[in-house]
Amino acid sequence: MRLESKKSAARAGGVVFGLLAAAGTAHADFALNMTPGVSSVSREVYGLHMLLLWICTAIGVLVFSAIIYSVIKFRRSKGAVAAQFHHNTTVEIVWTVIPMLILISIAVPATKVLVVMEDTSNSDLSIKVTGYQWRWGYEYLDEGISFISSLDRQSDLARQRNPVIKPREVENYLLEVDNPVVVPVGKKIRFLLTSNDVIHSWWVPALGWKRDAIPGYINELWTRIEEPGIYRGQCAELCGRDHAFMPIVVKAVPEDEYRAWVEEQKARMAPGRQEPAQAANPAPASQPQQALPPAAAAAQDVVAEPTLAELMQLGEQAYLTNCASCHQADGTGMPPMFPALKGSPVVAGDIDAHLEVVLRGVPGTAMVSFAHLSDAELAAIVTYKRNAWGNDTGELIRPADVRAAR
Amino acid sequence: MTAMTHEAEHHGPPSNFFQRWLFTTNHKDIGTLYLVFSLVMFFIGGAMALIIRAELFQPGLQLVDPYFFNQMTTLHALVMIFGAVMPAFTGLANWMIPIMIGAPDMALPRMNNWSFWLLPFAFAILLSTLFMPGGGPAGGWTMYPPLMLQHGMSFPFVIFSVHLMGISSIMGAINVIATVLNMRAPGMSLMKMPMFAWAWLITGFLIIGVMPVLAGAITMLLTDQYFGTTFFSAAGGGDPVLYQHIFWFFGHPEVYIMILPAFGIISAIIPTFSRKPLFGYSSMVYAIASIAFLSFLVWAHHMFTVGMLLAGSLFFMYATMVISVPTGVKVFNWVATMWRGSLTFETPMLFAIAFVILFTIGGFSGLMLSIVPADFQYHDTYFVVAHFHYVLVTGAVFSIIAATYYWLPKWTGHMYDERLGKWHFWLSVIFVNILFFPQHFLGLAGMPRRIPDYALQFAEFNMISTIGAFGFGFAQLIFLWVIIKCVRGGEKAPAKVWDGAEGLEWTLSSPPPYHSFTTPPVIPETEAPAR
Ligand code: HEC
Ligand SMILES: [Cu+2]
Repeated sequence: MRLESKKSAARAGGVVFGLLAAAGTAHADFALNMTPGVSSVSREVYGLHMLLLWICTAIGVLVFSAIIYSVIKFRRSKGAVAAQFHHNTTVEIVWTVIPMLILISIAVPATKVLVVMEDTSNSDLSIKVTGYQWRWGYEYLDEGISFISSLDRQSDLARQRNPVIKPREVENYLLEVDNPVVVPVGKKIRFLLTSNDVIHSWWVPALGWKRDAIPGYINELWTRIEEPGIYRGQCAELCGRDHAFMPIVVKAVPEDEYRAWVEEQKARMAPGRQEPAQAANPAPASQPQQALPPAAAAAQDVVAEPTLAELMQLGEQAYLTNCASCHQADGTGMPPMFPALKGSPVVAGDIDAHLEVVLRGVPGTAMVSFAHLSDAELAAIVTYKRNAWGNDTGELIRPADVRAAR
Repeated sequence: MTAMTHEAEHHGPPSNFFQRWLFTTNHKDIGTLYLVFSLVMFFIGGAMALIIRAELFQPGLQLVDPYFFNQMTTLHALVMIFGAVMPAFTGLANWMIPIMIGAPDMALPRMNNWSFWLLPFAFAILLSTLFMPGGGPAGGWTMYPPLMLQHGMSFPFVIFSVHLMGISSIMGAINVIATVLNMRAPGMSLMKMPMFAWAWLITGFLIIGVMPVLAGAITMLLTDQYFGTTFFSAAGGGDPVLYQHIFWFFGHPEVYIMILPAFGIISAIIPTFSRKPLFGYSSMVYAIASIAFLSFLVWAHHMFTVGMLLAGSLFFMYATMVISVPTGVKVFNWVATMWRGSLTFETPMLFAIAFVILFTIGGFSGLMLSIVPADFQYHDTYFVVAHFHYVLVTGAVFSIIAATYYWLPKWTGHMYDERLGKWHFWLSVIFVNILFFPQHFLGLAGMPRRIPDYALQFAEFNMISTIGAFGFGFAQLIFLWVIIKCVRGGEKAPAKVWDGAEGLEWTLSSPPPYHSFTTPPVIPETEAPAR
């Protein structure tokens, strides 16, 4: 593969600098160029990119050779005597017209690719993607499946300052999620992108594009993935403190495997078993169908009448996933940006007012509505907050209370 | 005019320090203030850049909190754009334009004083936000809502300080325009003006055209936050993308505000050290004018990924591509100026040649970014970071450094240390490429910009880039030393510092008298255009 030889050339360059070896960081996966990707569109985009690269290289070689030639040939130290010409109409017309022609030769294929990319008609399935600070929500519109996808636990531990595990020990560091987006290969998938808070941008390089997720907007773009596999990406639009920590994992599987996954998710979403997806599946993306961990499994069975201990256990998990990025794991927040929940009058006070904040958010602030979480999960979070960190109210909020407050 | 020439009887500067620097209306003193201010800001903004690069040296979070990292990226940009590059160009305009066009001073000397003295206050306010509860601005220099509205106390201070910077640059621009249009020596027609004056004249119109637009956009942010309006809030019937349209209507011309004066500088330096007139003077003027005109029509190429109408995307793509034609003309003209010249390579010329090559590389990545489908991949990645640092650091900043070396003997009356200058050049040009070239690869391989931590496959190039950053940063200390040394003494500089130089500034002594041309110089009636 041509890329391989480029890689080794680059590695040789690295050795010349004596940097890579010294730091001992040699890592197998680095790339120099854009990925050709795995869809027809991404390959077209890659083709355009290479066309541009070669045109620029060619012009660059011409211009830079002329400069280098002048610098070598027309030195005063070599006795060069300056000519005194100061314009030449023919030359000036030539170097205006030729670039124009080159630009037209780029514009034609670029326009064609763009027209194809923007045509989202006749899709086989639609997935709505919602950006949250700092995770992604996915909703399969034709199947009624929805879940939240967050940074996986290992990366989350390793990305702290003074971490308990080192980033280099985590596989797919910062590019792994708890719940990947599973999609069928060979189907035209339409993505509908929006946001719940600030602007995000959904980007998986292997699909050939990114598109902003903007509150109040629904943006559309599509893909048809041709090869099964796991494709990773990240949020690409600055969205606040944890912008770097909201990865995307797309798992493309054959049609029958996809159907099986859909059935499984539907069963999980069925009424009465409405436990949150994100707490339900912290397994790595490569094996999303693993058994549920004990806490979430327990939560499934105790939806109606959970005990305080059960709620606290689920609540802690869900709190860490959804709230700790702002309010911090120990509830102390980061005042004045993000208030402390520990000792907060709202948290310890009237339940309805408390639920109101969580369900509707505080307009105009980073505290957005968390109504997209399930009743069970919200009940657990609220219970947890009212009993953790010395907020000892002893109160227990049931999913039914949350449902009533919605 | 009469009042001013009256005041400007032949005497030196006031001996009282405060009278001289605080109340000055002298174009050279104000130019010096601008240049010193901008140098200080370069080092402050540079220190922020080094914090950013130090955090990115390795994967994982070692030094700073992600929120502080975001404050650094935001403030680095604001400081470098509004505090370093723009004031440096205004300082150069103040110092050079009157003595290039044969004027006694700037047209509006009192306003000149005010427009400078706003800046230290503006930046004191901006930087003080770092020490406020909740820290400084962290929403990026583009200040997109709704993210920008999630700030603590710093928010109104940031808006206010940007307003001050805007007022300052508008006044500076008005002054340059008034000076260039009214104060030229008799016989200096527009088409005989030095290219630097032309470039600044057009830049002045860009500034007046777009700074108020920025002021409008951030004022709307302010009212959205405090006065219940919902211009940019979807929940209240507003539109967050509207902000981006307004911002980039300012933002795109802004990038030309930071590069057109550089074109003027390079067009002065290359002919001098090629000992040959500038090739294609009038096509240079038309190129600058058409770039400026087109810059108002291409703003949305910064936001292709927001999801525009197909026709809109195509329009902005074609318009952006067209800009590369006049830009190419300029590059070709510089090369043609060197062609069959008699070249020497003093430090200003070295920086000018590096400018032509490296700015062209930035131009290439710019052309690539204009192609919408490819931009869907490049946008908001390190490829963009590499692109705009090639045009701004090895473009705008290199031109400012080149200008400093070129005119420093004129300003101080002493020659600078050529050997240190060469050291500064070679270290800068090598490290700046180690710093920014690998960022192209990072972006293409998929690394988003504005992130404090990254996946492992980006580790190697980030490490290289950081090493380049520290090398480049510390090389600038040589620059500082060269300047200090030159101000304090050195070989006496003649009036015509460079044997190949042409123009009125070289007819005045080095340093020039406190009041430049008290009687208008005579412009010779020659065929050859000015440089
Ligand atoms: C993006 C950052 C962010 C996240 C994530 C977040 N919050 Fe908040 N939260 C805030 C901010 C900012 C405020 C302050 C709003 C205001 O100005 O009144 C707040 C306020 C609150 C308050 C009121 C506290 C008081 O004393 O006034 C509660 C309760 C609360 N949040 C609960 C939660 C819960 C529960 C979650 C997780 C489901 C959560 N928050 C997630 C930013 C966040
Ligand atoms: Cu995001």
